[in-house]
Amino acid sequence: MASIAIKNLFHEKVRLAVTLTGIVFSIILTAVQLGIFLGFIEASTGIVGQSKADLWVVSRGVTHVEQGVEFNEGKLYKVLADPDVAAAKNHIVSLGAQAKKPDGSDEGVTLVGFDLDGGMGGPWNITQGSVADLEIPDAVMVDELYAENKLGVTKVGQVIEINKRRARVVGFTRGVRIFTSQPAVFTSFKNAQSFLGLNEDQSFFLVMRAREGADIEALRSRLAGELKDVEVLTTGQLVYRQGMYWVFGTGAGITVIVAAVLAIIVGVVIVAQTIYAATVDHIREYGTLKAMGATNGYLYRIILTQAVLSGLIAYVVGIAASLVISRVSLEGTLAIIVNWQLAAALFVLTILMCCTASIVAIRKATSIDPAMVFRG
Amino acid sequence: MKPAIEVKGLSKTYGSGETAVYALREIDLTVNAGELMLLMGASGSGKTTLVSIMGCILSASSGSCKIYGKETVGLSQRELPAVRLENIGFIFQAFNLFPALTARENVEIALDLKGVRGSMAKRRAAELLERVGLGSKLGSYPADLSGGQKQRVAIARALAGEPRIILADEPTAALDSESGVVVMDLLQELAHEKDRAVIAVTHDNRILHYADRTVHIEDGRIGREEAAMPVLPVPTFGSIGVRQ
Repeated sequence: MASIAIKNLFHEKVRLAVTLTGIVFSIILTAVQLGIFLGFIEASTGIVGQSKADLWVVSRGVTHVEQGVEFNEGKLYKVLADPDVAAAKNHIVSLGAQAKKPDGSDEGVTLVGFDLDGGMGGPWNITQGSVADLEIPDAVMVDELYAENKLGVTKVGQVIEINKRRARVVGFTRGVRIFTSQPAVFTSFKNAQSFLGLNEDQSFFLVMRAREGADIEALRSRLAGELKDVEVLTTGQLVYRQGMYWVFGTGAGITVIVAAVLAIIVGVVIVAQTIYAATVDHIREYGTLKAMGATNGYLYRIILTQAVLSGLIAYVVGIAASLVISRVSLEGTLAIIVNWQLAAALFVLTILMCCTASIVAIRKATSIDPAMVFRG
Repeated sequence: MKPAIEVKGLSKTYGSGETAVYALREIDLTVNAGELMLLMGASGSGKTTLVSIMGCILSASSGSCKIYGKETVGLSQRELPAVRLENIGFIFQAFNLFPALTARENVEIALDLKGVRGSMAKRRAAELLERVGLGSKLGSYPADLSGGQKQRVAIARALAGEPRIILADEPTAALDSESGVVVMDLLQELAHEKDRAVIAVTHDNRILHYADRTVHIEDGRIGREEAAMPVLPVPTFGSIGVRQ
């Protein structure tokens, strides 16, 4: 049984190539669109998700961190008074900063001010310089992906202006993508206050780390009860809120989702049509087998074996191509993220699509017209 | 002679009411073991429908069709494959070989359906192909075989399950004269020496003399029956003439 399934599949190389091409194309299409979606989520939530904080204190009603509203640092002391809080720091994320490039043109930036000693909310994927370099007054760190195009910066030591204040580039990150395309500029909390013209006791957020073993949800709930006019959210909650805002609150997010859903639908249709056609091409052989006394189960096993084999081969090729595309995309500002979860989901989806499509085609074989096998 | 197939009052209707099409009407027919029977008739006369019902591929609308005494009319679609597997071997006009499989593998498939696998299946398939004169073509694909060779592979495949009944649909229609003779010789041998019931649907007048009996179907009814024709000393099978 397995013999006829495998030999049928590999006998006609052109047909096999056409079948596999169809499935591979749909896998790549689906992987890329869903990868763009994941890249979009990553770009819109990275500033929060990569913060290494357990909890955030934000102004009430904040839908996304770029919308932070200042509050005074009195809240910081209340937070620090809780025995389950291991560390709490002031934090700033703001879209309200303009950088002037060396050529004199302006560019909006996402200013991130963090406490250099807190180990929270700082840059990640640092390729040049270090967090310690940000101790220097006016020091900033920018991302390589945006540095030249958006800020006109090509090397460490160059100077730009942020909100008409001098800023010296002391290091680079790589891959800190921002959904709004306003490049992230990391600096110390004090520098950020200075760039934004805030008073020394003003902050946009508090980030904190709980003591090891502490019940984070209980701590969040307790702090929320104690602090007025603000919300206390876990990092996960804020990531969710951030993601929901950018995904559903902006037209761009909906567009990406629609494209991803369409890609899945197109992928399903392509795979279904391809496998169906490949199965129907052998319908006469299945009819003959049935005439010879093969049960429907026997035919199902042959056809499903072929479908699963086709799916497996196409998946390996398709996911490999998708990973290459993903790798290339990471060199640019539009990241296509193909992680293992997406790869696993696509594997299941591909095999499922192949089997479903072949089962639909099998019905033609199992409801055979006897004249078909007797006709020349 | 022992009856292999007994058909009584068999009818097949497609559709219903005013649009009903009567493919077969009240057919009575018995085919005995050891008999080679030809089934003839114009296109659309009901030959294929009758063979399909006798081959347990198609269900009759009414009447009876017994295979070695076992009633098959009324059996479910789940039960019919087992009856086919146990009793019937098919030979098709277009051979219906699996192009991706070698001659031996084509025969092995039929053995696989019977649960014979591995080295035993290989040996048995080789024996069957040897028997139909294709011992040197075990590894050949259908595309590399002539029409006559393909039909002989099909016969070997039909015999793999050791069926007691062979149903052949236009077994010589796609063959040249020489190949036709070889195939009909094999079918005749199966009937007369192996005690199989062989029913061949045909339009081919060249093979009439092989028949122990010829049954004509006309408009879904048995028309006339003819006993074995005498072998005439005139060429009736293309250029090579009738086997003497």
